Amino acid sequence: MEIASAFDTILTDLAGGGSILWLSLVGVIVIVWDIFRNDARELPWVAGMSVGIALVYEFFKVTDPASTVFFSLIQTGGEASFISVTILLSALFSMILSVPYLKGIGRSYGEIYALMLFATSGMVLLGTANNMVTVFVGLETMSIALYILTGIVRSDEGALESALKYFLLGAFSTGFFLYGIALIYGATGTMYFTEMAIGYSVSELQPLFWVGVALFLVGFLFKVGAVPFHMWTPDVYQGAPTPLTGFMATASKAAAFAALVLVLYHGIGTLDIGGADWQLALALVALVTVVFGNLLALTQDNVKRMLAYSSIAHAGYVLIALAAGTSEAYAGAVYYLLIYALMNIGAFGAIALLEWDGKEGRLQTLDSLAGIGFKKPLIGVTMGVFMFSLTGFPPLGGFFGKLAVFAPAVDAGLTWLAIVGVLASVFSGYYYLRVLYVFWMKPAEDSDPAVQSGTFPVPRSSSIILVTCAVLLLGIGFIPGIRDLTLSFFVPGSFVTLP
Amino acid sequence: MELGNLLNAVIFLPLVGAILMLAAPSDRSVRWFALLVTLGTFLLSIPLWFGFDVASAANLQFLGMEFPLISESLDIRYLVGIDGFSLLLVLLTTFLGPIVVLCSWTYIKESTKGYYVLLLILQTGMTGVFCAFDVLLFYIFFELTLIPMYFLIGIWGGERRIYAAIKFVIYTMVGSLLMLVAILYLGYAAGNAVNDGVFTTNYFKLLSFNVPLGMQTWLFVLFAFAFAIKVPVFPFHTWLPDAHVQAPTGGSVILAGVLLKMGTYGLIRFCLPFFPSASVAHTLLIGILAVIGIVYGALVSRAQTDAKKLVAYSSVSHLGFVVLGIFALTLESIQGAMIQMINHGISTGALFLIVGMLYERRHTRLMSDYGGIARSVPILTFFMVLTALASAGLPGLNGFVGEFLILVGAFSSEAPGMPALTIIATTGVILAAVYLLWMLSRMFFGPLTVEANRNMPDLNRRELVILVPMALLMIVMGLMPQPFLKVSEPAATRLIEIIEEKRAYAEIDDPSLQRTFEMKRRAAQSAPSSPDPTTYQP
Repeated sequence: MEIASAFDTILTDLAGGGSILWLSLVGVIVIVWDIFRNDARELPWVAGMSVGIALVYEFFKVTDPASTVFFSLIQTGGEASFISVTILLSALFSMILSVPYLKGIGRSYGEIYALMLFATSGMVLLGTANNMVTVFVGLETMSIALYILTGIVRSDEGALESALKYFLLGAFSTGFFLYGIALIYGATGTMYFTEMAIGYSVSELQPLFWVGVALFLVGFLFKVGAVPFHMWTPDVYQGAPTPLTGFMATASKAAAFAALVLVLYHGIGTLDIGGADWQLALALVALVTVVFGNLLALTQDNVKRMLAYSSIAHAGYVLIALAAGTSEAYAGAVYYLLIYALMNIGAFGAIALLEWDGKEGRLQTLDSLAGIGFKKPLIGVTMGVFMFSLTGFPPLGGFFGKLAVFAPAVDAGLTWLAIVGVLASVFSGYYYLRVLYVFWMKPAEDSDPAVQSGTFPVPRSSSIILVTCAVLLLGIGFIPGIRDLTLSFFVPGSFVTLP
Repeated sequence: MELGNLLNAVIFLPLVGAILMLAAPSDRSVRWFALLVTLGTFLLSIPLWFGFDVASAANLQFLGMEFPLISESLDIRYLVGIDGFSLLLVLLTTFLGPIVVLCSWTYIKESTKGYYVLLLILQTGMTGVFCAFDVLLFYIFFELTLIPMYFLIGIWGGERRIYAAIKFVIYTMVGSLLMLVAILYLGYAAGNAVNDGVFTTNYFKLLSFNVPLGMQTWLFVLFAFAFAIKVPVFPFHTWLPDAHVQAPTGGSVILAGVLLKMGTYGLIRFCLPFFPSASVAHTLLIGILAVIGIVYGALVSRAQTDAKKLVAYSSVSHLGFVVLGIFALTLESIQGAMIQMINHGISTGALFLIVGMLYERRHTRLMSDYGGIARSVPILTFFMVLTALASAGLPGLNGFVGEFLILVGAFSSEAPGMPALTIIATTGVILAAVYLLWMLSRMFFGPLTVEANRNMPDLNRRELVILVPMALLMIVMGLMPQPFLKVSEPAATRLIEIIEEKRAYAEIDDPSLQRTFEMKRRAAQSAPSSPDPTTYQP
């Protein structure tokens, strides 16, 4: 291409990658602002507003046909916008939840919001990538911001430990990932997802390609916290400030899964030969992830750690859909990610509110919260919705999400996987309901004095977020439009391929 | 069309009431409001009885609005209606609504608002279960009942309430989640065969699909397992005594009265017509389990010291009769099972109510803490004796009709081993008389053993209002069972026809012959006189 026309292309494509650029720009503004007026009170507002603007912008692009911009480096419209909405929604909600939380623990740093903006921008880039290099840039932008956010409370040794662990393991997995990309490039000669499948007849693919795919998948599975690459999740989730944990657990997972969906749907998944092999591999990973995630969550006393393990299990449910590998399954995975984000942001938000005295969630046992449901009905009731939804009870969103991932698996002949999946989620019934049992049914005698008096504050902004999440979960399954929208993203031939 | 939306009103009025109730100010107003809503629902449901066309009871009536659920591109729709199997169960649910509210009037002292809100949500779920004609919609209502029940047992229950609540939910979850996988599998298989490849959970489309034999067995097992846990059939019954005993009186009444019927209803509605060959192949196994349940439940009841536990185990025994009747697969036995479901709901519900009333007076359920109280509470004793006799199956009261029909039907059944099983099951009737009369004699008759019971107050007006309609129903249904039996007859006849027709189809091995058979069947269906399982085509 001509350099001169390249500038024209970039200018015309600006709107397509608008939210990524916008978030990075505001991130820079926030950090510069923070230099001159340290920890200014306006910063959370600026950051939140900018995410809100990006959210509205992407929301109206959801029904646009999918296309690519910036020389096919990123996708825009359709599925890309849908996943951006998921990411931005969870970013916005976590920002609102973290303002009172950080004030409560005396850490209202301005740079937190800048870092969240950078992380969000990286996530959107990752979730809308159409090229391996874009995936890598997005992944690293997201990860580096998240490493810092995990250890942002410098005086807390636990947080530092988590951050270091996250950083070291994350860097290690990035190595796998990068090596995988290199091998795939060596085998196919392209970095574009769509070209990988189109340009090369399958018989020509060398073992090199499949080794590359395997390494590449290892990197991804690490980021989404699938067993056996899950070791970092519980520690990191427990150590990080709670609303930021919610952010990590939902947005980063949504972004990584979205990228995986794009790679599989446009690239690797379209290859005939060997398709069954990687499907089986994914199915096995899904199996152990679902089983181990749920079993390990059973034994946790700390709510945050329990939610961390349960998020492993939920990654397993999405992997079930990816293993099925049909259009309906990819649609189900994307749908599930949205619902999962709502459930987990809500659950982490509620837990954040319960750390009223600055005591880290790391130390707070479930039993100290006995009887909180009657003292703070708002937290109790919304937590009830989140827990039942996470368990997958109808008519809550979690049920429809699970339906969307299990049904295609059954259709694709993975009935055994669906059966193991539902049986494992019976375990999840036990540990999620245990939270409700402590909240509503356990006698309050042996609980924390602050719970018994019920004197800790519940900020209005946080209440609004919790109620919003709960109401959305109650109604989302009955809005046919959303499920249909996700199905329409994966209609064959709907995607404009390379120029 | 208008009557159809009447059915929607019956289903959703309690839910609307629950939402409105969140704004109610005081506990007192909450109770009255709940009573108003449940009474209103019951009154609304009365036209269902009178507007129901008994002659075509095999077809779906009171169809209301219909719209796609979840997605436009999947054939999962909101579709409710009533046929001969559902009508009485819906009416039973709405009838028990105000009674449960009244029996909780003074029993529930803490967080009253939450209790009634959950109760109303529960009622919507239960009514929906019996009206849903889309399997996934059925599943949604089926599971919706678990959430309120978990809290009802867990918050307002007895000492071991938490164990009971979690056990109840986990037990039911195992069954229903496995059923969900089976529903998905069936939906895709049926979609490919009869619905142009579109996933479907429409009841009538699934009904018109002849499930291949190999698939039938394990789909049947998954469906039957879920319902067997709910009923509960013998080895899966262990959650029931815990849940029943720990639940507050209102919860026990609902559990016994309606929730258990969701299991037996599911067997009749889905297991038999969807998987007829597998059902017939398993009649002996299920018959044996049912009979074990009948005898075992009765013997364990006899051994109880706790009156509520006795009633709980008697449910295992009574529901064993229902299951036996269903799987005997004769017209009489299925009709008997239908009427026995209603009878059990009324008489066991009343037993729980009376035990609850005694508990409210003396705060104990141990039978040894009572004795000879007939002298201090004669009116309560009268109702207790009547209910116990109805439950034991005394001719002239309702329990007799169901048990008699089930036993007669099962005895004449062609299924292997059924006559022998029936003979053993008959001992259950005798044992029921033994444990119920034994309870009566220990608690109500003889000398007054505990002095504290001497001045126990008799029934007050509220309690009379609860018990009188139930007692009337027991007598009316016992003396004039015809109107109630008539309702389920066409539906049961249709069910047996479908089973036979599908089994005949399955016995044809050659696919080309099957096709011919299919064409003949279609041709026969288009003739107006012949029965047609897919009368209603949405």
